Amino acid sequence: MKLSQYFLALLCPIILLSSCKKSADEVTADTKSSFSIEFENQVNGSPLVLNTTTYKNAKGEDFKINVFKYYVSNIKLSKADGTTYLIPESYFLIDASKEESTNITLKDVPTGDYIKIEYTIGVDYARNFAGAQTGALDPINGMFWTWNSGYIFVKLEGTSPQSPATGNALTFHIGGVTDPNNTIRTFSTEINAANPLRVRTDGKPNMHFKVNAAALFTGKTDISFSTLYLTMGGVNSVIVANNYANGLFRLDHIHN
Amino acid sequence: MTVFAMLFLSIALMYACSKSEEEVTPEEKKITFSVPSNFPAPVYNFEDNKLSNAGFTLGKKIFYEARLSADKSVSCGSCHQQFAAFTQLDHKVSHGVNNCQGKRNTPPLFNLAWQKAFFWDGGVKNIETSPLNAITDACEMGTDIQTIVTFLKNTAPYPDLFKQAFGSTEINSQLILKSIAQFTAVLVSGNSKYDKVMRKEGSISFSSSELAGYNLFKEKCISCHAEPFFTDFSYRSNGLDLLSADEGRSHITGVASDFGKFRVPTLRNIEYTSPYMHDGRFYSLDEVLEHYNSGIKASTNLDVQLKTGIPLNITEKEQIKAFLKTLTDHEFIKNTLYSES
Ligand code: HEC
Ligand code: HEC
Repeated sequence: MKLSQYFLALLCPIILLSSCKKSADEVTADTKSSFSIEFENQVNGSPLVLNTTTYKNAKGEDFKINVFKYYVSNIKLSKADGTTYLIPESYFLIDASKEESTNITLKDVPTGDYIKIEYTIGVDYARNFAGAQTGALDPINGMFWTWNSGYIFVKLEGTSPQSPATGNALTFHIGGVTDPNNTIRTFSTEINAANPLRVRTDGKPNMHFKVNAAALFTGKTDISFSTLYLTMGGVNSVIVANNYANGLFRLDHIHN
Repeated sequence: MTVFAMLFLSIALMYACSKSEEEVTPEEKKITFSVPSNFPAPVYNFEDNKLSNAGFTLGKKIFYEARLSADKSVSCGSCHQQFAAFTQLDHKVSHGVNNCQGKRNTPPLFNLAWQKAFFWDGGVKNIETSPLNAITDACEMGTDIQTIVTFLKNTAPYPDLFKQAFGSTEINSQLILKSIAQFTAVLVSGNSKYDKVMRKEGSISFSSSELAGYNLFKEKCISCHAEPFFTDFSYRSNGLDLLSADEGRSHITGVASDFGKFRVPTLRNIEYTSPYMHDGRFYSLDEVLEHYNSGIKASTNLDVQLKTGIPLNITEKEQIKAFLKTLTDHEFIKNTLYSES
């Protein structure tokens, strides 16, 4: 037996073993922990109460909200040194009628101080056209269009005396990912470097966002319910998405 | 000795590396997804939905389960009938629960694994999610996913079938849709006389009128009804109406130049899929050919190739019809593997 043959035989399993392993993520931190985000749903600073409370849009028109649901996905955190961490499989559906959905937990996040958070309001392009999904993306949640594949990113239903629709209904189903009517919007906010998001093995911080449902109707274009009271994707959905892109979320504080 | 041990180890590791092969039950015919040699690579390849006999069996059972619909009378198989290549025979437009009439003609179901988009307007983008509309449409099955999940959870033998197919009694919409796709994506129709001639199988050849029809077809139809699927999967108007009652493609794209355009339909098994067109307006191939000969309307988005129609004399029509009938795949239509058993 030649020595080289021994080597070959040895090499074989080593190569095979290493090829077996899934290519590791580029995460370098060796410790991981979790943090949570609370989404406090409001309308212009008052608590969001479904079905009963009357609010006013920027045009001074009265409206009530019966349904308010939205997706937050692809949450990405940045450190001061510029490194970022995209939380894998981060898809969350926040539903104002389900208290437990308004507080989400992000697990297995590399420990460290984060000074910026960004996420998609809605669902990324690929998942809109992917095969059957489960969890937050399960079509059972009523946020998937069955006749025009894709998710409803933000759903607000309610009533306004100004709406000419049957029952004075307001139907805002915002979604669509293809140009010219792409409604995917990314929200990002800096975190005060003096009080960053401190993910620690012994500390699980909570970020508190205020969410203003009325942001759908103001910002870039003040919407009057007498003319825009129903949209399910398309040009009008883009108007609404452009409104809420910056105004929907505001980071209020962090409990470290 | 050591060399042998090492070699053995490496072989063992190689084995562990490769995905565990499916256990083949000897008595049962193994369900396979086979790509005919004259077809390109499929779009859907079961990568995230491993095909198994148990998954196929479950999907097929759900496909033929009428108790899923609101009035327990309509299954997928009511509108997608095997003897009609999985379209609904004799129905201009789909016929669902409570005798409700839908707005579009039911498309046949085969070779779906090669489609990138579904429905006449291409609104649905994945084979797995394409049953959802029928399930929830008030006019088709008139139910909702939650009701179906609950029904399947509480109805034997479904929990067992899910266990066999996916290794757990968990039932959710994802697994339901994946099992249905194991049935619908396996429906491959590629054994028509045309295919056998193309693949030069045995001594099969076209008759002289079939051959003449094929040549006419290549000259006049193939730019839209492209081989081997007899559609190029594009959206076009073939001049059915001056003003289409159905928006068609523009309903999805919102683009005015797509108004009144529909997916070019496959012509495979066309002998069995009447009535024809998105609204099922024509009952016979003669009517269809006469439409191309003399009935084309100058709709705003009429395809440029059809501006002057497609003149066809009686002989040419007969020859084209003879060719179209070579696209019938009797083995597919009669395959008991796909039948409600
Ligand atoms: C009431 C009749 C009806 C029932 C029941 C029905 N379908 Fe359909 N199906 C249709 C019609 C009509 C279309 C075309 C819709 C369109 O183009 O807008 C269609 C389209 C499809 C398509 C896309 C085909 C293509 O080539 O684009 C698939 C796949 C499909 N159905 C599967 C199913 C499954 C699975 C079920 C059972 C869960 C089902 N259908 C139940 C009528 C029905
Ligand atoms: C410019 C493209 C184009 C050409 C050329 C063309 N077709 Fe079509 N064909 C279509 C479109 C689009 C439809 C569907 C129209 C609809 O339903 O609105 C269609 C539908 C059909 C149908 C009905 C299929 C079904 O399942 O409902 C038949 C049959 C057919 N064509 C045969 C032919 C034949 C034969 C020729 C040649 C003589 C031909 N077509 C040429 C675009 C074309």
